[in-house]
Amino acid sequence: MSVLAQQLLLGLLLGGLYGLAAAGLSLVFGVLKVLDVAHGELIMLGGYMAFFVVALLGIDPFASLLLVLPLSLLLGLTLYWGLFGFVVRADEETRVKNSLLIGFGLALALHALAVQLWTADERSIVTPYGGAVLSVGGLSIPVVRLVSLALAFALIGGLHLLLARWRWGKAIRATAEDWQAALLTGIDVRRAYLLAFAIGTALAGAAGTLVTIGYSVSPSIGLEWTLKALIVVVLAGLGSMIGTFVGGLLLGVAEAASAAAFGGPYREVVGLVIFVVVLVVRPRGLFGR
Amino acid sequence: MLEIRDLDAAYGDIRVLSGVTLSVGAGEIVALLGPNGAGKSTLLNAVAGLLRPRAGSIRFDGHDLAAVSPHLIVEHGLALVPEGRRLFGGMTVEDNLELGAFAPRARATQAAGLERVFALFPDLRDRRRQLVRALSGGQQQMVAVGRALMTNPRLLMLDEPSLGIAPRLVRSIMESLAEINRSGVAVFLVEQNVQAALGLAHRGYVLESGRVARHGSAAELLGDPHVRRAYLGPLAVRE
Repeated sequence: MSVLAQQLLLGLLLGGLYGLAAAGLSLVFGVLKVLDVAHGELIMLGGYMAFFVVALLGIDPFASLLLVLPLSLLLGLTLYWGLFGFVVRADEETRVKNSLLIGFGLALALHALAVQLWTADERSIVTPYGGAVLSVGGLSIPVVRLVSLALAFALIGGLHLLLARWRWGKAIRATAEDWQAALLTGIDVRRAYLLAFAIGTALAGAAGTLVTIGYSVSPSIGLEWTLKALIVVVLAGLGSMIGTFVGGLLLGVAEAASAAAFGGPYREVVGLVIFVVVLVVRPRGLFGR
Repeated sequence: MLEIRDLDAAYGDIRVLSGVTLSVGAGEIVALLGPNGAGKSTLLNAVAGLLRPRAGSIRFDGHDLAAVSPHLIVEHGLALVPEGRRLFGGMTVEDNLELGAFAPRARATQAAGLERVFALFPDLRDRRRQLVRALSGGQQQMVAVGRALMTNPRLLMLDEPSLGIAPRLVRSIMESLAEINRSGVAVFLVEQNVQAALGLAHRGYVLESGRVARHGSAAELLGDPHVRRAYLGPLAVRE
């Protein structure tokens, strides 16, 4: 029993990162109607940024977020100006098709670039308190992963406030709902796209940082994270960042439960089953509008 | 104020407007009438910048609107209440209205604009924190007109504001348009409800198959046998 509870707890802690990874993808898809399948590679780049920031500056791993977030924001601006800004000029149907092509191309390029620059080795960030564990009622909670979950939640909360209160946050939500109506109220829709893409990339960077601290990074983790994020976006639906985070937690727990019930190899299967079932039963997702 | 000359517009290969010339003067209420598919909405969308015309010119106070980015057209004092209202349903009444004042010129007068909208539609004041999608059709139309007013327009264009709204509310919407007009805003109105539209308007144009088929004062159009037969029905002819 306590073994199962321990596994579910670890699933929950991992699920927070799924939620954070999905939030950026959900924001970009919801606002730009562009499916960025290179989102996992952006997470991977964020992980390497954190790795080198910590290795070069010797600061606390979690403090590296203070640098990785703005760096990823800049990366997002660059990618929008260089690539995705052209995709959003097409009508919505063409956008999804073109973004898939560009996204896969970008994913392959970034993967190859990462292997060239940093080799295919797995890397992780060693923290002085890496082995610390909190014992609560017979459960062992790894401190690093608990802090990661708390930070992921804080970032999602911050994003929620940003979209709810900030003038441009409201403009981003308006653009997501109806971009033509947004134009009629004087919103520069292209700028809303740019901001949403940059924020989405910054979230990917943050997710990559936490993944590298709690787990590890290598050039090939991108596809797996894109897949997880995609499952969570379908599971949770568009329109609510808190809902996306909860969706991530649910996926983490569901994976852990199925690994416990059917054995480790079935861990990945349950996510795909959830993906299909949600698409059939509730296509707009659990919390979608 | 608004001068449209020889306007051609098309969706893909389908030509919707051919050589449309019309104008709206400062302080006027002008109705644009015509059957479904005549191109009325297309005309308004072209003026608002949602659709690029094939040929012809659209000038507003002498500015060529073809050279203006769509999101900057409201800055010239031109607002559209689109067909079907197109509100941000997941947001509150207040958020919708505030987004109407997003552009710099309107933002400077946002507080006064909000008071103006609430004075015009007192119902909205109590519902300012409600989600728009929870409101009735009539209330949503008030929000839609309110959002456009928040842009502080000199010309307000409306695409079928009476669509899907209870008849009692249609009259109150028309009355509020008259009131908006009295405050110095020109109104350009596309409407299927010809009786209501010509009751309000000073002048009107009839658009058929993408061309201006008739134009004149509201009284002239109401007395025109073709308009009566085509748009007011047999009852009106017998009257």
